[in-house]
Parts: sequence; structure tokens; C-alpha cells
Amino acid sequence: MWTYERRLQFPVKITNPNPKMAQLIISQFGGPDGELAASMRYLSQRYSVPYKEVAGLLTDIGTEELAHMEIISAIVYQLTKNLSLEEIKTGGFDAYYIDHTTALWPQAAGGIPFNACFFQSKGDVLTDLHEDLAAEQKARTTYDNILRLITDPEIVDPICFLRERELVHFQRFGEALVRVQERLDSKNFYAVNTELDKPLMKQ
Amino acid sequence: MNQDKCDSMKNLQAVSFVLDDLRLFLDTHPFEQEALAAYESFKKQRTQVLEEYEKNFGPILSYCVNEENQWTWVDSPWPWEGEV
Repeated sequence: MWTYERRLQFPVKITNPNPKMAQLIISQFGGPDGELAASMRYLSQRYSVPYKEVAGLLTDIGTEELAHMEIISAIVYQLTKNLSLEEIKTGGFDAYYIDHTTALWPQAAGGIPFNACFFQSKGDVLTDLHEDLAAEQKARTTYDNILRLITDPEIVDPICFLRERELVHFQRFGEALVRVQERLDSKNFYAVNTELDKPLMKQ
Repeated sequence: MNQDKCDSMKNLQAVSFVLDDLRLFLDTHPFEQEALAAYESFKKQRTQVLEEYEKNFGPILSYCVNEENQWTWVDSPWPWEGEV
């Protein structure tokens, strides 16, 4: 189960609303490389993983991604708080406003809705860890792209924090991959799926 | 907004983050003695900081809501509102 802590993992306090930025940053909520997809990816993959420390890592990173989703959501929420109709019209937020007013809804910057096809849960720990490594890099690139467009330090600080976490998660998934590879049969390295062909797994 | 509340929340966020980062490190380095010792030490710090915050500014965990005349869990601003 999960327990809610009444706090953000990193503080978000934004003074100046900016609906245009909200519409871009929302991609890290419900976009293809966003935090919702990240969390669902790891929390779905963990069940069939045959190595308990990899299942642990997927659980802990998947949980942290939920906290990141909350940070992104808080940024979007605060960037769109108390907007005037004029700001909605001129800020490029009008199309989103029609469907969701100023509520949070998981979508990409281009308006594409969240979709489970943004991630895989393949039932092969080698395949899944390679997907996870790629996912962390894609999310890092997205944060780099966001950082090129923003100057407000109140938005930059939490985005920088989230970007750095992508690097740490990439490092940890890399270590998990090495741990898995160490336990594979060297004569049948990539043909074995340890989640399906357990007898072939080197103990 | 209360400066003490902000500072107390920042302390809680900082000490909790150390544990969040160490937890992932220990998942892939379960025998690193230095990291294990650090986890133990920061765990104690977090217990103190958490108790301090909850005593002064209200619950962080619903399990820790103290018996009062009203249900304080839903009383103070939510984390996404940018109050602290």
C-alpha cells in the first residue's frame, strides 16, 4: 500500500502565473516521457521481476515518480491560479481551458491525452531495464527542453531538481542491469528471459 | 505566511530527501557500510524533525493525527497550494 505525506518532495511556490508555461510543463505530467508514465511503467514492471533487489528498486523509483508527478502538478496548478479571462485568451491556454477549466488533466504539451502506450511492461527484465534507462534519458531531455524556455527561478529550481533525479535514476537502473547480467548464463546471454525461462537462469 | 513553518518544512524536506536518495543507492549497494550508517543516522534525524513539525504545524501523516476537537488532517493548506 501507499501512505500519503502532506508535503512535496521539493518545495513549489510560484508567485507569477504563466498559463503558456503551464501548457508546456504539463507534458511532464501526462506526456510521453512524463512522471505519470514513469511511475506506471516501474510499478507495473516490478511484479514479474525474478530478482528481489530489482523489484525493490522499481518499487522505490516508481514511488518517487508519484512524488514527482505531484511536483509537476503543483507547478501547473500554481501557474494557472487566479487567471483572468484576458490572460486565458492571450496566454495560449484557451483550448485547454475549454475542456478542463483550470483543473489538472494528464496530457502532453501538444494536447495528446495520456496513454498507457507511452510505456512498456514486457515481462523480460533485460528488455524492461533497457526501456527504463531510455525513459530516464528521454525525461531528462524533456527537462532540458523546458529549461531552455524558462527564466523564472521559482519554476527553474524544482525543474532542475526533477532533472537531476532523472540522472540518479538512470545510474541506479544501470547498476540493476549489471546485477541482472551477472546472473545470466554466459552461453545463452540474450536468448534467456529470466522471467519465463527460470531453469536456464544461472543461480 | 509563517516563516517558522516554512523553515520547519524545509528541514523535513531536506532530511527526507537524503533518505530518498540513500534508499535507491542501498537498493543496488546493499552492503555499503557508510551508506547504511548514514541511513540510520538520518532516519533518527527525520523522526525528530517530523515530530517537531507535526507538534507545531499539524499532521504530515494521517497515522499521526492527534486527538483534538476537530479532524486536523484536512485543516491546513494542501502541499500543492504553495503555502510552505
